[in-house]
Amino acid sequence: MIGSDGDRAVDDRAVEAVAVEVEAAGRVFNAGTSRQVDALVDVDLVVGPGEFVSLIGPSGCGKSTLLRLVANLIEPTTGTVRVNGKSAAEARLAQDYGMAFQQAGLFEWRSVAKNVELPLELKGWDKAQRRQRAMEMLELVRLADFAEHRPWQLSGGMQQRVAIARALASHPSLLLMDEPFGALDEMTREHMQAELLRICGAARTSVVFVTHSIPEAVYLSDRVVVMSPRPGRITHVIDIGLGTERDTDTREDPAFYTKVTEVREALRGFQVDDVADAVREVVDG
Amino acid sequence: MTRKVAYFLLALILVAGAWELYKVVGPPEGGEVLGWKLLPRANDVAMPHVWTMAERLADPESRTAERDNWQVVLEGAWYSFRLALAGFALGATVGIALASVMARFGVVRRGLLPYLIASQTVPLIALAPLVVSWSGRVEIAGWEWPKWLSVAVLGAFLAFFPVAVGTLRGLESASATSLELMRSFAATGGQTMRKLRFPAAVPFIIPALKLAAAASVVGVVVAEISTAQRGGVGRLVLEYARQATGDPAKVYGALLGAAGVGLAMAGLVTLIDRMVMRDRPHLDELAR
Repeated sequence: MIGSDGDRAVDDRAVEAVAVEVEAAGRVFNAGTSRQVDALVDVDLVVGPGEFVSLIGPSGCGKSTLLRLVANLIEPTTGTVRVNGKSAAEARLAQDYGMAFQQAGLFEWRSVAKNVELPLELKGWDKAQRRQRAMEMLELVRLADFAEHRPWQLSGGMQQRVAIARALASHPSLLLMDEPFGALDEMTREHMQAELLRICGAARTSVVFVTHSIPEAVYLSDRVVVMSPRPGRITHVIDIGLGTERDTDTREDPAFYTKVTEVREALRGFQVDDVADAVREVVDG
Repeated sequence: MTRKVAYFLLALILVAGAWELYKVVGPPEGGEVLGWKLLPRANDVAMPHVWTMAERLADPESRTAERDNWQVVLEGAWYSFRLALAGFALGATVGIALASVMARFGVVRRGLLPYLIASQTVPLIALAPLVVSWSGRVEIAGWEWPKWLSVAVLGAFLAFFPVAVGTLRGLESASATSLELMRSFAATGGQTMRKLRFPAAVPFIIPALKLAAAASVVGVVVAEISTAQRGGVGRLVLEYARQATGDPAKVYGALLGAAGVGLAMAGLVTLIDRMVMRDRPHLDELAR
């Protein structure tokens, strides 16, 4: 019975190796041309089992590139990326991770339930099993009543919840998210953040989460990784330590503000340089 | 629906009205505008009355014929419709197949697409005798190439092109996010084609099919005329046009039959559209 596989995987994960292990990874785009970009230079990152890590930084700092390296959507130019103790490519082929993007990316020709079933269908699950799992997932994101709706009949927040259900459908131990709430309004966004913590807490899923928002990163994360551009690299790693029980009160907690300030200051250091760089580029160019 | 029918009838009445109006005001033997011979002759030989055309359809086809003209035209239209349908089906199949191969392999696309575009510049009338000559010459395991198939192939020759171009555009319309998503699910190339690229192409294929339906009718009628294939409405147009001096209203009945074939094909594609796009927003709705 496949339904019980996921539960066992959760138990295994406690003794399992780290979820993500990035060692001295670098990525160069357009190598050897005048448009060469060092998107990422010498990055080390370890994400433990069940850990929630956010990547934050200004545009061009390589946070999305780092996420895509982990997802094996692109290959590193230097260094190694390992996921669940395997190479990133092996982990992708084994569907060890689920992924969600800023656009929900639902297929409009499929019902909501069929969208959630997609990764299972590609894995060759039979119809009854994948329908059962899809319904479990939709219950998890509280959209079971909308199983037969079409994606375009749903609001943006609901579509994003379906995308998360789809990412979690094969019970991956790791969730990779690229600004998944970036297109949502503030109210929906805060609600979705609480939902995400609830869902990942229940399944003890590890998460790597790319965001632009400082409060979002602080609220969600065990650790916030601050990155800087040109070349893309990690400058600070900040432990948040707000505990596992987070609710609306957490957002008004002085400790929350302290951490928000800490991340902001870590970001500010190079943002000033960044502006200076940009000015210099314009003047020189 | 009733609104659409009403508009259709209104348009028909307006065209007939314009025709009759010109017959009243136009010069019977044609006329010149600023020295150019532009105005068509308005006499009854060149432009029979609308009611004369209708009456002619109700009369026997010829003095010796047993059947009324409308029966002959209807039968010819039915014959041509089946040929157009065969040409449309063949053209759509070939078009979708070509687009799939081109979308999958860039080399094929770069190599083939210029030839596909060039193919549409070959005049159908030049091609028709060649394709028709296949009947009686091509024989595969006892099966002989029938002449009607040549006509359908000529219809398909015009129909495949819009389908190939539209489908190719559609297959490439899948967003970067959904393609990355499929990769993250470890989907194979074939799976990505079946579950993402092809369904994403459907809203592009439907309008291409509408063009193909019209093109297949044109192809079949022109092929019938240029190869003198018996049985279809194209042949009737050719035959009746020859009798136009003595019986000017007759040819318009055949033209009406040809228009009917076009309408039937368009209706068929609308039906396909309704079925396939039932649960989906159309492109114009998505753009909003």
